[in-house]
Amino acid sequence: MSPTRIERRFADLQKEGRAGLITFICGGDPNPQAFQAILAGLPAAGADLIEIGMPFSDPMADGPTIQAGNLRALAAGMTLARLLTQVTAFREKDRTTPLVLMGYYNPIHRYGPARFLDDALSAGVDGLIIVDLPPEEDEELCLPALEKGLNFIRLATPTTDAARLPAVLGNTSGFIYYVSITGITGAASPVADAVGDAVAHLRRHTDLPVAVGFGIRTPEQAAGIARIADAAVVGSALVEEIASRVETSKADSAELIGAVHARVRGLAAAVRAARKDPVEPGP
Amino acid sequence: MATALDPQQRPNSYRTGPDEHGHFGNHGGRFVAETLMPNILELEAAYNEAKTDPAFQAELESWFKDYVGRPSPLYLAQRLTDHLGGARVYFKRDELNHTGAHKINNCVGQILLATRMGKKRIIAETGAGQHGVATATVAARFGLECVIYMGERDIERQQPNVFRMRLLGAEVRPVKSGSRTLKDAMNEALRDWVTNVRDTFYIIGSVAGPHPYPAMVRDFQSIIGTEARAQIQAKEGRLPDLLVAAVGGGSNAMGLFHPFLDDPEVGIVAVEAAGDGVETGRHAAAMTAGQPGVLHGMRSYLMQDNDGQIIEPHSISAGLDYPGIGPEHSWLKDLGRIEVAVATDAEALEAFALCSKLEGILPALEPCHALAEVEKRAPTMRPDQIIIMNLCGRGDKDIYTVAEHMGVRL
Repeated sequence: MSPTRIERRFADLQKEGRAGLITFICGGDPNPQAFQAILAGLPAAGADLIEIGMPFSDPMADGPTIQAGNLRALAAGMTLARLLTQVTAFREKDRTTPLVLMGYYNPIHRYGPARFLDDALSAGVDGLIIVDLPPEEDEELCLPALEKGLNFIRLATPTTDAARLPAVLGNTSGFIYYVSITGITGAASPVADAVGDAVAHLRRHTDLPVAVGFGIRTPEQAAGIARIADAAVVGSALVEEIASRVETSKADSAELIGAVHARVRGLAAAVRAARKDPVEPGP
Repeated sequence: MATALDPQQRPNSYRTGPDEHGHFGNHGGRFVAETLMPNILELEAAYNEAKTDPAFQAELESWFKDYVGRPSPLYLAQRLTDHLGGARVYFKRDELNHTGAHKINNCVGQILLATRMGKKRIIAETGAGQHGVATATVAARFGLECVIYMGERDIERQQPNVFRMRLLGAEVRPVKSGSRTLKDAMNEALRDWVTNVRDTFYIIGSVAGPHPYPAMVRDFQSIIGTEARAQIQAKEGRLPDLLVAAVGGGSNAMGLFHPFLDDPEVGIVAVEAAGDGVETGRHAAAMTAGQPGVLHGMRSYLMQDNDGQIIEPHSISAGLDYPGIGPEHSWLKDLGRIEVAVATDAEALEAFALCSKLEGILPALEPCHALAEVEKRAPTMRPDQIIIMNLCGRGDKDIYTVAEHMGVRL
């Protein structure tokens, strides 16, 4: 099978000698129209890969910020079918930026896994991260997805020990997503040294690119991760940006969209410069 | 009975599930975040070891006897039987257990396992508060830190149990997300477990959640059916014609049913909460009106919309107010081994009044749903036939809810 957009993007990043920035937002947050505009502008703002959350009423592994993003999207009428339509619209204008759908299994289960994979592929989706499908349930979606040429990206966590790692890496493709804390999204920030050791450990077991996420909020933290991993994932901080605009001001959506893109530009600049700057000594 | 089912689907025994991956037919499984997988596997290994360790089983028996107060009586409800004018109705009186419900059976089992595994901290979700009270009770007795997650709405309607948990030294954390009931409490407990995975033992209160919970909780609760089987043999010299139990997640029902699953002459009915009526959409009847789906680590019947979003359940009984059902129930329903019925809030309240007046027992609103079904079935049966209903909890906790519906201010 020819390389996916995800695989090509990581190969390009490696040639450029820099890490990538992966941005996460909830599909349809704060409403489908504004989301479409946020999505369309992410590549120009510096997102190298885009993760879109498939909204779910009961996101068990997410903290309050992303839970709220899910609920805003659902309240605004977002559905999985609508998300695929929006991905199709994005893909008509952007043929290179990799798109990963992230979420929970039930909406896909209800949609019909086989139909979902076909529709996701034709919409221009490149990979899937399904939080509640561990390797033990690979026959549900992972193996059919791989067969159709989608990447299936797995999370490795601080609790993934040496005995468990081969199972996690087994059917993973595209990249491996290292969850830098034991906890839910948007919780405490990771400790750089521990993350460095974990990434080094992963690299001894796989040639896949390693992305690191959960708890990365600031350009400085993103740059820190960009020095040791192949990509930094930022999610809750962007969702918070949306939440704060929705809650505190009457900002029109142009302002909200602009604010999210400005946040991404700041993160992207830090990630792109990370390996050029001398590493500052700690305090 | 002729059957159209594929022989491969119809097992030789209904008591052999789940398979090694925790599947009951198409239901069950382990649909959890990777962070939890090592713990789930550790738990499974520890439980498999304990299950076959005679010392563990002896310890469990001893706690059942001296702390829980088992065996619970099998009681012939004579006035109710006379009133209904049909089958003889027996109550399995698990409401007489320490803490007032069947929930303690499972909590004793799981805390023994937690201490065996060296865990220092206990978490649990609770709906009606019965499981929370039972968990706080065993945590107090074994000297472990205990955090109970409970939906804000359930806290409002189950104040006495909240106070009990606090008296027992547990921290009750109100859950403000979603519908602020049992499902959200379970989400929040799972979030806690993901965060504190190394030192924390999650005592799930029903035959729900990821494997091995549905099988493990069933095993601990099966003492109900095992006792009932021996007791009815002693009293009547034969097995019952019908078992009836209410199902939310389904633990009291599975506890009663499981030891009888391979007795084809024993009919089995699981009663779901119909809330305002299944046709209103305001109910908690996952097997009656839901479709298979994946939530809280398992595949099972689930109340959901066409987009796979979970529908907020409704029942007057906080303990049945759950959008899913244990996977083994779903499997047994698919196989036709259990029948599924429903009872509305109004029917449960009527049953509450009837049982209080005729038998001098205030039943919890959960088994009142089962009793409502008994009221429908018993008159259609012969006087020589036997029904066993699981009276799985006492109603003291529910007097405020009942009073409110009667327009009485306490």
